[in-house]
Order: sequence, then structure tokens, then C-alpha cells
Amino acid sequence: MKEVMMGDVAVARGVKLARVEVIAAYPITPQTIIVEELSEICGRGELKARFIKVESEHSALACCMGASMAGARTFTASASQGLLLMHEMLHWSAGARTPIVMANVNRAIAPPWNLWSDQTDSLSQRDTSWIQLYCENNQEVIDTVIQAYRIAETVYLPVMVVLDAFILSHTSEVVAVPEQEDVDRYLPPFKAALTLDTNDPRAFGSISGPIEYQKLKMARHEDMMGAVEVARRADIEFGEIFGRKYGIAERYRCEDAELILLTSGALGGTAKIAVDALRESGAAVGALRVRLFRPFPADDIADAIGGAPKVAVIDRNLSVGAGGIFAQELKAALYDRERRPAVFGFTGGYGGGDFTPEVVEKIARRALEMDKPDSPTLWEAIP
Amino acid sequence: MKRARMENELVSKGHVACPGCGAALAMRYVLSVLGPKTIIVLPACCWSVITNRHPECCLEVPVFHTAFETAACVASGVRAALEVKGDNDTNVLAWAGDGGTFDIGLQALSGAAERNDDIIYVCYDNEAYMNTGVQRSSATPWGAWTTTTPATHFKGQEKKNIMEIMAAHRIPYAATASISMPEDLMAKVERARDTRGTRFLHIFCPCPTGWRSSPDLTIELARAAVESRAFPLYEIFDGAKRRLSLDPAPPAPVADYIRPQGRFRHLDSEQIEAIQNRVDEEWLSLLRLIENNPA
Repeated sequence: MKEVMMGDVAVARGVKLARVEVIAAYPITPQTIIVEELSEICGRGELKARFIKVESEHSALACCMGASMAGARTFTASASQGLLLMHEMLHWSAGARTPIVMANVNRAIAPPWNLWSDQTDSLSQRDTSWIQLYCENNQEVIDTVIQAYRIAETVYLPVMVVLDAFILSHTSEVVAVPEQEDVDRYLPPFKAALTLDTNDPRAFGSISGPIEYQKLKMARHEDMMGAVEVARRADIEFGEIFGRKYGIAERYRCEDAELILLTSGALGGTAKIAVDALRESGAAVGALRVRLFRPFPADDIADAIGGAPKVAVIDRNLSVGAGGIFAQELKAALYDRERRPAVFGFTGGYGGGDFTPEVVEKIARRALEMDKPDSPTLWEAIP
Repeated sequence: MKRARMENELVSKGHVACPGCGAALAMRYVLSVLGPKTIIVLPACCWSVITNRHPECCLEVPVFHTAFETAACVASGVRAALEVKGDNDTNVLAWAGDGGTFDIGLQALSGAAERNDDIIYVCYDNEAYMNTGVQRSSATPWGAWTTTTPATHFKGQEKKNIMEIMAAHRIPYAATASISMPEDLMAKVERARDTRGTRFLHIFCPCPTGWRSSPDLTIELARAAVESRAFPLYEIFDGAKRRLSLDPAPPAPVADYIRPQGRFRHLDSEQIEAIQNRVDEEWLSLLRLIENNPA
């Protein structure tokens, strides 16, 4: 059934459809609608979950970790400062191999106070062993929440579903809500391989020597790398049941492109409109939207770029002292390859700023005019 | 004297606590009452090492090691999952030191207590960050030496009153206990076990390593703390009604408790007198609270 809903509501509806058993969360703008909506859903008895209204984000994630260790399917949501407060537990929950799913609404980090979209919060968690999926629209949000549990519970790593502040979280769009019986078919109940079980007592996380520690961490890395295929399969199988799939890096008119615009999140939709206009005017430009950021699907991205001589990355984030984060990741992924396009690292729009198709076109034309970037980080100021 | 009976022995040989560790005994007594249907959530503390190194573990119940400040909230999560699965009789035990309780874990503990989450929270109090090498915590008493409060600049603040903080949350049960009084301690664990909601036990555990005391004095020091009224044994029900577990009358001088400990060696007799006065005042204010609302 189709309904009009905001991105935050789409998250909550996805959580309900995934039959989550324990929720722990703390409010932060622009994530609040998720916790409010889930409170209503649980209050009405539509989801038989225990919803623990904790006193901080740090406790929210710790609580989910405890619940997951005891065998429950768990969910939390956060944004910006809240996600940063969770940082310690991001590492711990992933190290403990708890398949938690979290929605993070990308919001700028203070100071100064700013509520608008900026991916730096989630991208700066890239080394925490969390899988990260970035969504383009609210349909993808609800679908990705459901896929996220499939991925998390296959690889035993937590998954962050990421959506842009306000552009998705507070914007109403038409969403086809999956049928519960189809979701049940796609996502069977969670049966944890190992739990805190008094009939089979085990100690989790005891002090370990260098060899055990390295083995565990390396195993986590290998499982994380394997998550590219797991995420791909989860998306394909989702498509077979629901008729919608997104890929892990989505190509748009990339054939014979002289320039490819690499984006993520809601900007991916804007880039498609810009590409249409650019193609109309005779410029050979395509778009590539990275949906899976961790693990970084380097092969898929290199394959999509193909022989294109130029890639313009548009980063709605900034790693101060290094540049846009997707640009860094892309450059690292291409370094060992035979075909290495010129990479233009555009950054802007963090802390809000309306990334209109015209702005994206302007960026594309700047990249087309240059032979190679005149600076490793190119700023596009967006009002 | 009635002899304490150990129902369950769930701490096996091979723990790596220091000789004379009070916290090791506390775990034995508590688990003996709670039994094998117990899940332990263990934040950073001495006990995160005492269990022994992987793949050994001296605890014969499930243990989840977690971050310093998360004992209470991880326990809340475990309990929520058990409830969803229909398991209402497994004990969920958060087991934290004084640093993890009085300091870094206080926020999460306050959250769990305010929600009255159905967990047993034990603070084994050895009055400093002992696992990291004896640094002061807000549970360290006035006058004590630690590595961050050297004798030339000993701790100048009183110990935080964690019991009254917990009482202010109106949790159904809170009690102090001492490893020197195992019958009393185990009776309190039993009461905690048979109560629902957030239950808080504050167990006084001497630490020879950090207190610069002889390992063979651990029990005696714990007893001296009770008998001098430096560590009163009492219970608080629903954050209101209080009951004294033991009235050491006449009390032993606080000096009997202080003098055998190297951490107080720098104190002169006037300073020890100041501690005595403070202990007397605290005792009187506790008695007043009990008289106002006896259990």
C-alpha cells in the first residue's frame, strides 16, 4: 500500500515491519520523529517490543548491545552529537559482533549549532566496524531498514542506515509500504548463534593476548569485506520479493561519460536531474551514487567508472585537514588500478545549503573545464 | 555464631585477584545466593581482570565484559531481551567497582534506577581505581593517599554518599553489606533476589594493594569499618524506609580501622580525630533518617 510519509516515519515503519524486539533510544533533532513514531507504534501494541527510553545515546547503544547479546533483534536511532557520544559503543558493539541496526540522520556537528544535513557525523565513524548504507529517498529508507537486518544478522556486524537531515527526515514522499507477510518471508526471526545463556555459560570479551586480539580483529575485517556480497545479495533478494532494488553503487547514464558525478544520500537524486540537463546540452556526464560506504565497494565503483577520464565527487561532508571523505575513499580505491581518472574533490553543502540541480550542473561544468583539479579540495559555497 | 552456608560455588579456582582481595570474596558470596541462573554484566573494574585471561574464566555463569560506564544500561538491555523471550527468572547482575558506580557509570545507573529496570546492581567498593593502580575516585574517603592524591596532598573531599543518591531514585531495595559479615551480606542478596525492580547493593571490600594493608587483615579491616561505624550496615526500602542491620555499641575507635592502613599513614592524631568526628556525625544523621521512617 502506498502512503505519504516523512523519512523518519519510514524508518519507524521499517522497524515495525522488521519485528524488532528491543528498542533503546534518546531524542535528538532531526531523529526525534523516529522515536516518537515508534513510541506510538509500541503504545498501540502494533509492535511488541520493549522500548527503553534511556538517559543518553551512549546508554542507548549499550542497552541495544546487551539486548542483542541476550538474543533480541534491536534498534536505535541517532544523529550528530548523539552519534558522536555513542562512538565508544560503536566500536564495542561491532567488536562484540552484535547485529544492531541504527538509523542515523545526518546532521552537522557543533559548534556552531546547526541542525541541517552534513554527513561528517556518520562518515567520521568509518573505522568503527559498522556497515553503512546511505539512502536517496524515503522509499529506499524503509526498504533499507529491512535489508539492514538481513545483512547484520548474516555477517554479525551492526548496520547504520543513513538519511539526510530534513531533506529526507522531514520531507514527505510517497512510499510503498511492504506487506508484513512479505517482510516475514524475507526476514525470518533472529536466532543468535551465541547468546548470554545460563545453560551454556560463556564469557564474552575477556582480556586477550596479542594473537587472539589480532585474530579476532582480522576475522572482523574479513567478514566486513564479505559484507559487500552479502549486501548485494540482500538487495537482489529484496528485489525478487518487493520489485525494488538499489544496488550497492547505483549507476545513472554512465555509458561513454567523460565525467561521472559521484554522490551519496539524497544528493544522488539531484545529480540524476543535473545529468539529464547536462546530457540534454550535449555534455557526456553520468552519475554514480554510492549506497554502501562501509565496506567500501571499490570493485563496483571502479567498474562503474569504467574508462571515464574524470570523476567529480560531491561531498556533503569535510574531514578537516584531508578533504571530502568520499573523495579520499575513492582515491584510495583507485590507486592500485590501471585506469585512474582525474578525481575532482568538490565539497560543500554541509550544515545545510540547498544542493539544487543547478549547483550540481555548475560543479560538473567546473570539472569539465579543468584538465585536472587545481586543488585537492574544491569548495562550492552553497547558500 | 551462625555459620554462613554457601549454596552454590560459582567462582572456580584460578581467579587472578591479588592476595587478600575483598572483591573476590564478595563475588563468591553474591553468586552463592543468586545461583547459576545469573547473567553478569561486567564493566571495566578489577573483576574484568580477576576472571582471568581468555580462554579461562573463573565464573561459571555467563559474563559479558563491557565499557566502563555501561554496567547498568547493558544490564537493562539484557533484561529487556529476556523479558521479550519470556524469561523472567534469570538474575541480571551488573557488577561494578566504585569508579564505575560513583563516577563514570553514575549516569547510566541513575537512568536504570529511574526507570526501575529489573536488575541487581552490585557496587563492590574498594574506595579507589584499584585496577589502574590506585587513583582516587569519589568513593575515596577524606584523608586517604592514592597515586593521584599523594600524602603531601591527600584527598581533601568526603566520600560521596551513594546510598542516599540511590534512595533518591526510590528504588525498591538498596543495602550496604560487608564481606566481614557474610550472613548479613547473603541475607541481603537474598532479599535483593526476591525483589523486582532496580536493586542496589553497596559492598565494602578492602583492597590490600591499594590500601597498603596486609593481605591477612582484609576481613579484620572490613569488620573494623563496620564496628567503628565508618561503614554502617543498613537497608533502604522504596527509597524511604530504613533499617539498621547492626548497631555496634559501643563502637570501636575509628583509629583501630585507620591505623593498620598505609594509605592513612601520613595522618596525625588530630586528623584522625577529625575523621572520628565525621564518622560520628554521619552515624547520627543516619540514625535520624532511620528514626524518621523505620522499616
